[in-house]
Amino acid sequence: MKLAFNLAYKNLIGAGLRTWLNVGVLSFAFVLIIFYNGMIDGWNRQGREDTKAWEVAHGQFWHPEYDRLDVFTIIDAHQEITGTAAEYVSAGKLVPILLRQATIYPQGRMQGVLLKGIPHQQAVLELPTSVLQYNENAVAALIGHRMAKAAGLKVNDRLLIRWRDKNGTFDAIELRIAAIFSCDVPSVDNGQIYIDFDQMQKMVGLNNHATLLVKGTEEEIELSNWDFKNINVLLKELDDIIESKKAGGIVLQAVLLLIALLAIFDTQVLSVFRRQKEIGTYIALGLTRQQVVGIFTVEGGAHSFLAALVGAVYGIPFFLWLDTVGISFGNVDVGITIAEKIYPYYSIGLIFTSILLIVISATIVSYIPARKISGMNPTEALKGKLQ
Amino acid sequence: MNNVVIDLKRLTKHFPVGNGKFTALSDINLSFSKGEFAGLVGPSGSGKTTLLNIIGSLDVPSEGSANVLGKSIAGLSQKQAAQLRNYHIGFIFQTYNLLPVYTVYENVEFALLLQNMTEGERRKAVMQALEWVGLTDKEKSKPSMLSGGECQRVAIARSMVKQPDIVLADEPTANLDSKNSHHILQTMQRLNEELGVTFIFSTHDEKVMQYLKRKISLADGRVVNDETVELIANR
Ligand SMILES: Nc1ncnc2c1ncn2[C@@H]1O[C@H](COP(=O)(O)OP(=O)(O)OP(=O)(O)O)[C@@H](O)[C@H]1O
Ligand SMILES: [Mg+2]
Repeated sequence: MKLAFNLAYKNLIGAGLRTWLNVGVLSFAFVLIIFYNGMIDGWNRQGREDTKAWEVAHGQFWHPEYDRLDVFTIIDAHQEITGTAAEYVSAGKLVPILLRQATIYPQGRMQGVLLKGIPHQQAVLELPTSVLQYNENAVAALIGHRMAKAAGLKVNDRLLIRWRDKNGTFDAIELRIAAIFSCDVPSVDNGQIYIDFDQMQKMVGLNNHATLLVKGTEEEIELSNWDFKNINVLLKELDDIIESKKAGGIVLQAVLLLIALLAIFDTQVLSVFRRQKEIGTYIALGLTRQQVVGIFTVEGGAHSFLAALVGAVYGIPFFLWLDTVGISFGNVDVGITIAEKIYPYYSIGLIFTSILLIVISATIVSYIPARKISGMNPTEALKGKLQ
Repeated sequence: MNNVVIDLKRLTKHFPVGNGKFTALSDINLSFSKGEFAGLVGPSGSGKTTLLNIIGSLDVPSEGSANVLGKSIAGLSQKQAAQLRNYHIGFIFQTYNLLPVYTVYENVEFALLLQNMTEGERRKAVMQALEWVGLTDKEKSKPSMLSGGECQRVAIARSMVKQPDIVLADEPTANLDSKNSHHILQTMQRLNEELGVTFIFSTHDEKVMQYLKRKISLADGRVVNDETVELIANR
């Protein structure tokens, strides 16, 4: 085996340009696979972290009738916070949120929004809700930068909001934009206005009612009358998109890897064909044909080791650089959680799987042509006759 | 004869050609003793290479038997045949067949890597073999930097380094000029005398023939003449 590696190394280096071409293409496949998956993983991790921080924390308890994709469920999907739930809420471990459909009139236009009542003193979500405690002249409201842009609102703007109270009667009040927050999670921003939880109760004529409870603690909480949605359920949309991006990337990676493997395959076919005399010599020197197959397989497979080395030479600085600057997607608003700048995340698992994938596939494509050697007649091989 | 290292009985070799077969060797009965310096001579196509290949366990007889160092060639597994070649048989080719990516030292060392030897033992054996052929100063050279004569001397060192029982040399001087041919033959003659290794050549080179102690003439796959050095000298 050591002999095979030694010989492989010498033969590969001796082959010069051809080797480096193969290695170059393969190393590029290497770097691309790691880069692409690292980027997706980075996006995924950041997306999950941001969504946790801004929206779901450790999961949410929903009123059994609440369906976030169906706005008509909102009017009835609320209930009083009692018993265990109340204890956790007062301990700050559950954050109640009451939802209500409402209408605003920015610049004379009419726009439907989702009004969210959230305790201003909550410390579970990143939302800067503390600004919601000052309701002197007008009700303090908090919105995200997407909402601000869509409705043309600035800090300290005032606007009229209309909603139905618990009896279905329309009511209206003036809101003051107390702050505009910026975050990467569109689902806590688009079309939403936050006001203080107690203020909201007063406005709709309910007392201590919530649509959902955000779980702000790791500890297990059992609540009857509330349906628990864990983070995976709540992040399903993001997961689905990331899965589809991954699948899309696989095509590109597979094509590149295939080109690289084809180059190695071609080199191997040529080697086995042109180096018959050498093969015959190995056999005359006392190697079995299987050992010669092994030598050629190792030689072809060794392209992948060189590719890993070469890939590391330019890949590592590239990755480190990306890690400091991040990859900017500009201000594209695609409706899913995507950070303004993605910092690729390279797990040991990713690197290890990529190396394994490339080494194994390179060895397989090297073995297939080399296998022909085991059927070679050594005397014919020594003559160097074409077969 | 004592000390028989190669014993061929009624050996015949056919090659499939088209629908029929071509008989390259027919009814060969020969035996070689330890320490012989023998040559197979005959025109092109007479079967010299075919016979050497069978003795070297690279090929098998179609009929009859070939016994080499007490082993029947036809009965060897691939692995056993490889072992036989690795430990006991050295090959020298017309075209040298050195590994271009290896240095002279590594080329000579190659066969030993398959054997159970320490690095130190190998080094000693390789340097000894290079000394036999007078190439100790070229151990770090690559074959591409050597002359044809030097390449063939490396090939001799490679075949001798494992101290084999038999060396098979297929037209070793065909690519060399007269001076180098003599040098090579004198080297092999010396090794034959000093180490008692059996040498079998195939050749149609007159220069080789004057060194032979036994000359076996082949024609159309048959032995037509088998004479020892005394007879040659007496002519
Ligand atoms: N694999 C093969 N298939 C068919 N015929 C073969 C094969 N190998 C050798 N022969 C034939 O057997 C005969 C003997 O060949 P061989 O190579 O032994 O001759 P040779 O005496 O070594 O000739 P030369 O001096 O040219 O090297 C030739 O006619 C050759 O064409
Ligand atoms: Mg021949």
